[in-house]
Amino acid sequence: MENILVFVEHKAGKVKGSSSELLGAAKKSGATVHAMALGPGAKSLADELGALGASVAYVCDSENLKNYNPEAYLQMVSGVIKDKQPAICLAANTSLAKDLFPRVGAKVGCGVASDCTSLTITGSNATARRPMYAGKVSAEVVFSNSSTKIFLMRPNALGPATNSPGKKADLVDLPAPSTDLKTLIKEVVTGTSSKLDLTEANIIVSGGRGMKGPENFKILDELASVLGATVGASRAVVDAGWVPHDMQVGQTGKTVSPTLYIACGISGAIQHLAGMSSSKVIVAINKDKDAPIFQKATYGIVGDLFEVVPLLTAEFKKILK
Amino acid sequence: MNIIVCIKQVPDTESKIRVKADGSGIETTDIKWIMNPYDEFAVEEALKLRDKMADGSQVTAITVGPKTRATEVLRTALAMGADNAVVINTADNLDSNSTAAALAGAIKKESGYGVVFTGKQAIDDDCAQVSQIIAEYLGVPHSTVIIKFDLAADKQAVTLEREVEGGSKEVIELKLPSVVGANKGLNSPRYASLPGIMKAKKKEIKEYEFSSLGVAATEAKISYKGFQLPPARPASKLIDGDVATQSATLVKLLREEAKVI
Repeated sequence: MENILVFVEHKAGKVKGSSSELLGAAKKSGATVHAMALGPGAKSLADELGALGASVAYVCDSENLKNYNPEAYLQMVSGVIKDKQPAICLAANTSLAKDLFPRVGAKVGCGVASDCTSLTITGSNATARRPMYAGKVSAEVVFSNSSTKIFLMRPNALGPATNSPGKKADLVDLPAPSTDLKTLIKEVVTGTSSKLDLTEANIIVSGGRGMKGPENFKILDELASVLGATVGASRAVVDAGWVPHDMQVGQTGKTVSPTLYIACGISGAIQHLAGMSSSKVIVAINKDKDAPIFQKATYGIVGDLFEVVPLLTAEFKKILK
Repeated sequence: MNIIVCIKQVPDTESKIRVKADGSGIETTDIKWIMNPYDEFAVEEALKLRDKMADGSQVTAITVGPKTRATEVLRTALAMGADNAVVINTADNLDSNSTAAALAGAIKKESGYGVVFTGKQAIDDDCAQVSQIIAEYLGVPHSTVIIKFDLAADKQAVTLEREVEGGSKEVIELKLPSVVGANKGLNSPRYASLPGIMKAKKKEIKEYEFSSLGVAATEAKISYKGFQLPPARPASKLIDGDVATQSATLVKLLREEAKVI
């Protein structure tokens, strides 16, 4: 039977949603599923990993793995891949995995397909597609010279996993990583925002040059707060210094695919459209009826966003309260 | 210290990308080529570090690509203020692993490198892999998505801030030499000055043939087929009426037709 290794990220004693998706897809393929989890709390995941389909879980709960240290994690993950030689290795395309796995691939001599949006597993083989040019095109990944195919899957690409409680994964303890490292994690500063990251958000309310100034973003904050949305921005307003760069949607910012994207005062430069046009539903609010954003929009309102947005906030309040 | 900055030439963000008729790749005719935007932050940070060192340290920019075109991006880096430039000439479309192997090979030929800067990813294939793989082949620590860079007083280490999900940050110390992947927010890249551009034109660019750097053919791990444009979106619905009607109609459509609220 074929063997799939799933790298699992966990938080507060629970498997992260983006990792459980991978376990679900691996289990559905009929392969033997092995999981790997690192850091304090990893050993308490046996029940949940078992329920999600993993028969074995390689774990190490060393305090030295509490925070992501590229060197320590590299040692642990490349060690397991070299030792177990899985046909396929899956990880979610998170900040951690994006930093770690390219180097793991080089260390074990295997290719890594970043940021895949589809995956088909057939026995020991798997094919995936991934967007490029921030989504202006997509292509199928072809591996060569790789005994393990490593896929980093975009969160939400595979859909939720089914859970069969009652099964338990057999835990296999891994030795703690070396402490003689050239990389030191000094501090992890947790963001103060309770909002989801743009890349994970279900609804995004985004502002462009039509917002006229940083002070006006408060009307987007109000709309976002009613919708439970995250606020984004176009490159023009980030470059003007109105909002911080981590709010930028587009080719040199974040590529997003929420269920609902509301673009306010954004004309729709090619690089912006590339970063958001895989959103399920797009709403455009803009004064200029010829703005390119209207060609991508599901619904459009040609009008003054300073009148429309507060009215929308009030309308949503009525139905969502 | 020899400060290395690895840069890539990519299609302008405003480029319309077209797929070849046989789906084997993208059309590269009529494309305007620019320096990868994340690499601009890498170049700027390299120049800032050199100026801070003020001890004769130099900045060397390296790129991989077809030399007639790829040297343009090196001229841009020289015009911004880089001291030296190296091109690794190849007509082939390399994957991240082969690119990084070639860059690491060229970097090893440079004496006394301290920091290797790259962008966090190139905006063409969006792989975000080369920086980390260079570090692996050089056997040095790395970190990516960096928004703050500080050299330690003893010049033997750097303290970095790395941006992760949800507005969180990791503060990381790396012993030198090390590889650092720059993100937007690290700095504001300078523009090339006119005298800089004139001077850059005359500078010599060192050349290596890709085949001379000892990268095995088996280092190619990833290729692509079946390029496609994203599916067309359905025609958009413009909502008429006065502002109050428009707003109420939109909310109703989102709830009842699109079912996303």
